Amino acid sequence: MKFSLSWLKYFLDTDASIEAISDKLNAIGLEVEGIEDPSVRLAGFRVAKVLKAEKHPNADKLQVLSVDAGIGEPLQVVCGASNARAGMVGVLGLAGAIVPSNGMALKQAALRGVESNGMMCSSRELELGDDHDGIIELPEGAPVGRGFAEYRGADPVFDIAITPNRPDCMGVFGIARDLAAAGLGTLKPFVAEPVAGKFPCPVEIRTDDSEGCPAFYGRVIRGLSNGQSPEWMRQRLEAAGQRPISAVVDITNYVMLAFGRPAHAYDCAKLSGAVVARRARDGETVLALNENEYALGGEMTVIADDSGVHDIAGIMGGADSGCSQSTTDVLLEIAFFDPECIAATGRKLNLTSDARQRFERGVDPAFLDAGLDILTDLILRICGGEASEVIRAGAPPAEPKIVSYDPALAGTLGGVDVPGSEQKRILSELGFAVADDWSVMVPGWRPDIDGAADIVEEVIRIHGLDKVASVPLPRADGVAQPTATPVQRLERRVRRAAAARGLNEAVTWSFLPQADADAFAEGNGGLWVLANPISEDMKVMRPSLLPGLLAAAKRNVDRSAQGLRLFEVGRRYLRGEGGASDERLAVGLVLAGEKSSRGWATGKAVQFDAYDAKAEALALLAEAGAPVGSVQVMGEAGPQFHPGQSGTLRLGPKNVLARFGMLNPATLMRFDIDMPVAAAEVFLDAIPGKRGAASFARAPYTPPALQAVTRDFAFLVPEELRAGDLVRVIGGADKANIVAVSLFDDFRGSGVPDGQKSLAVEVTLQPAEKSYTEEDLKVIADKVTVAATKLGAVLRA
Amino acid sequence: MDYAATGQEALSRVESAGDLDALESLRVEFLGKQGSISGLLKTLGKMSPDERKLEGPKIHGLREAVSEGLAARKQALEGAALEARLAGERIDLSLPAPEQPRGSVHPIAQVMDELAEIFADLGFAVETGPEIEDDWHNFTALNMPESHPARAMHDTFYFPDRDDQAREMLLRTHTSPVQIRTMLEQGAPLRVIAPGRVYRSDSDATHTPMFHQIEGLVIDKGIHLGHLKWTLETFLKAYFERDDIVLRLRPSYFPFTEPSVEVDVGYAFEGARRVVGGSGEGPGHAWMELLGSGMVNRRVLEAGGLGPDEWQGFAFGVGVDRLAMLKYGMNDLRAFFDGDVRWLSHFGFSALDVPTLSAGVGTPA
Repeated sequence: MKFSLSWLKYFLDTDASIEAISDKLNAIGLEVEGIEDPSVRLAGFRVAKVLKAEKHPNADKLQVLSVDAGIGEPLQVVCGASNARAGMVGVLGLAGAIVPSNGMALKQAALRGVESNGMMCSSRELELGDDHDGIIELPEGAPVGRGFAEYRGADPVFDIAITPNRPDCMGVFGIARDLAAAGLGTLKPFVAEPVAGKFPCPVEIRTDDSEGCPAFYGRVIRGLSNGQSPEWMRQRLEAAGQRPISAVVDITNYVMLAFGRPAHAYDCAKLSGAVVARRARDGETVLALNENEYALGGEMTVIADDSGVHDIAGIMGGADSGCSQSTTDVLLEIAFFDPECIAATGRKLNLTSDARQRFERGVDPAFLDAGLDILTDLILRICGGEASEVIRAGAPPAEPKIVSYDPALAGTLGGVDVPGSEQKRILSELGFAVADDWSVMVPGWRPDIDGAADIVEEVIRIHGLDKVASVPLPRADGVAQPTATPVQRLERRVRRAAAARGLNEAVTWSFLPQADADAFAEGNGGLWVLANPISEDMKVMRPSLLPGLLAAAKRNVDRSAQGLRLFEVGRRYLRGEGGASDERLAVGLVLAGEKSSRGWATGKAVQFDAYDAKAEALALLAEAGAPVGSVQVMGEAGPQFHPGQSGTLRLGPKNVLARFGMLNPATLMRFDIDMPVAAAEVFLDAIPGKRGAASFARAPYTPPALQAVTRDFAFLVPEELRAGDLVRVIGGADKANIVAVSLFDDFRGSGVPDGQKSLAVEVTLQPAEKSYTEEDLKVIADKVTVAATKLGAVLRA
Repeated sequence: MDYAATGQEALSRVESAGDLDALESLRVEFLGKQGSISGLLKTLGKMSPDERKLEGPKIHGLREAVSEGLAARKQALEGAALEARLAGERIDLSLPAPEQPRGSVHPIAQVMDELAEIFADLGFAVETGPEIEDDWHNFTALNMPESHPARAMHDTFYFPDRDDQAREMLLRTHTSPVQIRTMLEQGAPLRVIAPGRVYRSDSDATHTPMFHQIEGLVIDKGIHLGHLKWTLETFLKAYFERDDIVLRLRPSYFPFTEPSVEVDVGYAFEGARRVVGGSGEGPGHAWMELLGSGMVNRRVLEAGGLGPDEWQGFAFGVGVDRLAMLKYGMNDLRAFFDGDVRWLSHFGFSALDVPTLSAGVGTPA
């Protein structure tokens, strides 16, 4: 909402400075977004009289002027304008002034050998118009020497953000009222005398839609001339960002911006029959003033006559019945439209307007007659003509809202005690009527006031929020209690574990391109696809953390990264019960390219492989408290992975805790990544929680007194046997003695028959009570061999 | 026999032994089974007791001296050999040591941990809620019925889906729906924060369609705006670790709070960087909008199943990304979500930078 200082002062008697007004506006919740002050912009430009004009000795098109700018001796100024002549009054820019149109600072300079002490200005140079044919000519009596901004009526313009609860401040008068209540001056009441009708209204006015348009008042003014609106009005409108059009249209805009009250004027010559507020019929269309054609629906209120729809009620008038320069008779419409209907229609048509903004926030239902009086008065004074009687179809909601209030609430809710008398003063200056029992009647222009809390807000915002003192929240006795939930602790722990292992945490978008999401979407019950994405690249909620990380990896590769370790802790978005989402916490990680770069000691660069991904997945699972000792490596990591170099980590056959491996080259091709990538995804939601109450005490433990013994075994096994299975059965061969099995060799080649491989393990044995005898060791070794034999393994000699 | 001369000669030969092998042959020559000094010792058996008394100590002395000489020479030779070996083992320690990759925690996660730490001390628990929300939790329950103009101002991402109760599904536009969920699940009194991702269909230099918010909610008896102001001041002082944080409260409008308060914080420029602290009125200072807040609207309490005449409270919401930028000096929000490892390494945090109150929640540069 923009308005000029002079317009504000038209309603508010105040001597306050621009800064004081601005500070107060901010303090009472009318946020100042900007102030444009022409007296700053036009500093250094003065009203000046040309005393003499002589030809420039060295240039045909230039003149040398002697100019009286009201400062001592006349100044010599070189000027190229053809209309510069002795006796004229114009605008002189002094040395040091900044020309608004081009930002150049004027300075004393010689032009073709003649000194010039400034510049006589055109309208365009001062950004006051497009006229550049000559310099500005002011009336003869213009006060020579006065600052031009002051002469012109330097009028700073405020730009204010109005919150949606304050339709009353979508008019300058409402802003003045707020400022007056806040002690910044005195509100000048504004009433237009009612104009008695000279003749019956010749146009029938009706509302057939009492829901969407409870009240439709109107009258005709005939015999007017719709020329240009007066200078003062055009200046106010222009300052407010409204382009002047014609007197009648400007007057309706003026009333809207001054009082927050939209109205409409129809050219009577373009109407036929009764003018009716009704619901649109399906299939009806209207060409609106913005020259767009809108298809209307039965839920929309329109103003129509026998020939069709003329107005999308409360939102925008029609192009056909608008007023033009030739209009002589107008029908004024001032109506009350239901805010929800307006909002719904506006949304449906995707059409915003100044009128819609005000109607959907709620205009004052008690301001129909007063508004019509103001409109009539302005039109008769500016355009002439005579007014008909007023027709009032329907009635606006008239029930005044009463809020029962307790002045103690200012302290108990608002945090600042305000004396009752001051509360009464504030409220009555804002237009509330306060009864002795503190029941408060809400003025019609405050549809936002709903209950006592709203009254508290009115009181404390005017009283001053800066007077609210800080009061500590009561603090529980003792040390603060832990507050993080198990999931939060898990998330933090896993994040820091990954970072400690050398991975860089990224945060990527929750949404993906459709194709990327599809590629990672199998079997999750359907993707969440946005109806109104901001772009095709941000359309589908991610079913996996990997595609976002791969896109990030691609960007890094494009920036010449050779090796990457990226991870993210975040949600996957799946379908849940009852149409809700199922958002599951996961860790994704990608290991791309070089694990270690070439080095003087290590030789060639080493690429990441599937075991690196496995190591990360297992380490994170261990940190997350998963029973990694019971985790099995199984298949089916998904088609995004290399079928022979990937796997899942499961607890039991169904519960997949993680998937890992090398990505399928086809996946990498989709992301345009030209290096091998290992990846893992750890499903934190799948990790079983700890049973029972948390205890700090660990299980009892004393390190064994006797030394552990190691024994090596080498087996020939079928080539397809999974080494992990061999390790597992050996570990289970004698649980009382075997504490660890570590596989240290996987060999195929000379000495090993085709179709077989040699696996060697080191078995750690821990004696309990007494040291092993040779006999004991032989018994254990036999158990190991027997267990291995079940997998087809043969002990190598 | 002139033992002295024999000893002299033996010792001099030991002294000039060039290496351990030569020394060993000398040991055999003198002290071995067939050695010359061993031979002298054997002669003692054949001597008369008087002779033995006279000769014994001399022969033993000779053996002792040679034996010591051999040991000394051996130690010297071994020392020299070790020195020579070590001299050959010299390496260039200016060569680079094996590198360990340095991981990092994202600033958003770090700042969220910092905030959780601060609010834990103030007795706030951490709550979460779904990001794919229904319009009842995101709007209606927060006093934004369907026709409410504020809905349109939220730039909401919608899904074509509706849930079983025919509620429109959308991406939450703020963390405030967690207020409703927490009230419904836990009742009152409450002190919670709810951090998380939120979404607005908005994208320019300072807005990204996804960003992070942290919501605060206190519901209790007798809570008023003064408590809100104190809580915000206290948390910001702890977060920025400075005592000169000055807040300016301005009346504003949010459908879910009444009264509603926009909170500005005073700052000054240090070079191109905004540094929070001091009053916005002070010389060289200004105010910057930091967060929105207010007293919870009674309609919201009702939607949360709480009696609005019994309970009242406050709520606030603040951008986590922005808090991170203000504290740690990033100037481009978009970079937060780009995953550039150079940026992550520069602005990220060590795994060991776990925020604690005793060490100060922040991590110095």
